Amino acid sequence: MIAVAGGAGAPSLGREAVTLVTYLAASVLFILGLKGLTRADTARRGMQYAALGMLLAIVGTLLKEEIVAYGWIAGGLVVGSVIGWPLGTRVPMTAMPQRIAISHMFGALAATLVGVAEYHTYLRDGVPIPRPIMAALGFEVLFGSLTVTGSFMAFGKLQELLPSAPLTYRGQNAINIAVFGGTLLMFAYLVARPDAQPVFYAMTAVAFVIGVSLVLPIGGGDMPVVISLLNSYAGLAASATGFAIDNSLLIIAGALDGASGFILSIIMSKAMNRSFGNILFGAFGAPVASSGAAVTGEMKEISVEDAAMQLAYAQRVIIVPGYGLAVAQAQQAVRELADQIERRGGEVKYAIHPVAGRMPGHMNVLLAEANIPYEKLLDMEEINDQFPETDVAVVIGANDVVNPAARTDQGSPIYGMPILDVDRAKAVFVLKRGKGKGFAGIENELFFADKTRMLYGDAKGTLTKLVAEMKAL
Amino acid sequence: MLETINAEQLALVNQFLKLFVFVLAGFVGFLVITRVPPLLHTPLMSATNAISAISIVGALVAAGSDHNRVATVLGFVAVICATINVVGGFIITDRMLRMFKGGRS
Repeated sequence: MIAVAGGAGAPSLGREAVTLVTYLAASVLFILGLKGLTRADTARRGMQYAALGMLLAIVGTLLKEEIVAYGWIAGGLVVGSVIGWPLGTRVPMTAMPQRIAISHMFGALAATLVGVAEYHTYLRDGVPIPRPIMAALGFEVLFGSLTVTGSFMAFGKLQELLPSAPLTYRGQNAINIAVFGGTLLMFAYLVARPDAQPVFYAMTAVAFVIGVSLVLPIGGGDMPVVISLLNSYAGLAASATGFAIDNSLLIIAGALDGASGFILSIIMSKAMNRSFGNILFGAFGAPVASSGAAVTGEMKEISVEDAAMQLAYAQRVIIVPGYGLAVAQAQQAVRELADQIERRGGEVKYAIHPVAGRMPGHMNVLLAEANIPYEKLLDMEEINDQFPETDVAVVIGANDVVNPAARTDQGSPIYGMPILDVDRAKAVFVLKRGKGKGFAGIENELFFADKTRMLYGDAKGTLTKLVAEMKAL
Repeated sequence: MLETINAEQLALVNQFLKLFVFVLAGFVGFLVITRVPPLLHTPLMSATNAISAISIVGALVAAGSDHNRVATVLGFVAVICATINVVGGFIITDRMLRMFKGGRS
């Protein structure tokens, strides 16, 4: 676009060159930033590079000759900063999944609005839209608007404004497929006839509806995949914006975001042993008819005193945190328990299942917040071999990710899902609110095993009592 | 070489060049991001979200070009949304990463 900017002559070329140099620098800094994230000790520095890149790109854009009025821009920057600041500084770590979901919404909304503004400007100025540009604009508003509403629904479910159970009705998939097909037809028509304004706005409106109907049938337990997928879509919308307004920086940043979301959704669905299609269209959270073999026996309770005694003499302890830990806000209490065990010469590690929590890596953040050194937070692959030598495994608010039925019971809906081998530890304590089932609604035979003892009640309360008891020993 | 190409063909060639950029950037992203440990997956998502708020660049142009009122207002709202992610996204990512401390402290 440099050549057509002309008119004013040499100075404009110089300014445009400065802008392009800032964009190039920003692209490099973004990639360096992500490279920093491959190690915990370089991650912060990496993100500082990325933030510098963002600043450069914004300054470079403000230098562009096309920008003639700064009032609205200044207003937008101020309002956005006023809203963004508390979203950055105040939101608690437990609320991170919904925080990320809502920010996907903001990102996608920005891309969508830029697309609509661009389309409107073309038509208003009577400039014919070249078909390849129209295709990019179409992708932009499609991905953008379905991500806006989809993320908002995900936010609603995670914030518990909406029921976390899947909302389904008869013929849902057929209707969804029909709506989706209709949208693709409108898209194709638009590429052929870019000036068909009503079709453009109809397509945008329908894409908003698709976002809603895509996320409503998905249960709360599947949110890690949904958030990752929406992450990817938001990135693709940004990339499409780059194609539409001829900006390589947008394409690069969007592609990085798209790749990241895509990789995370694959990791998440592997960790649940399910395909994308199954998560999106399976409505997994619906009650399961039969889970193969019925579990027999009784869950055996243990008193806090006895549990504290056993932990005090344990040499190797592994703590297995699940979403229940975050719900109970018990991160700090876990750390205090670990301190007591370590004081008596025991060794404590943490086993983190990839889908523990409501988004990828959520549990690690929560435990890091409680000042637990990250070397002690181990992935499933790293720690599974260590369970047989473990004296006590303490399961806190986790259920399906420690259910041995995933290994043994072919009839179980979670059969084949990789799990933490907690049942191979010498003894298991399970901290659990009540006798209910997990997200998937499946009985857990681990809870009925001879080596398992249950500690009922609020996790935070139980942990605090355990700590007090161990101090008194 | 004097044959003229129309706007449509120029746009097509242009889009293809951009497709190269997209595919290569996606490839770099894939190679780098598969090496991010699960430990940092939440900061990763928050970081890429902040980075993709780069659509602020398009929003600034829409809001500041004085094309027409509709574009200006849509651009204004887009600047707000993108700024929320730039400011909030980088701050919260840093807040998280600050918490990840090594042992022997």
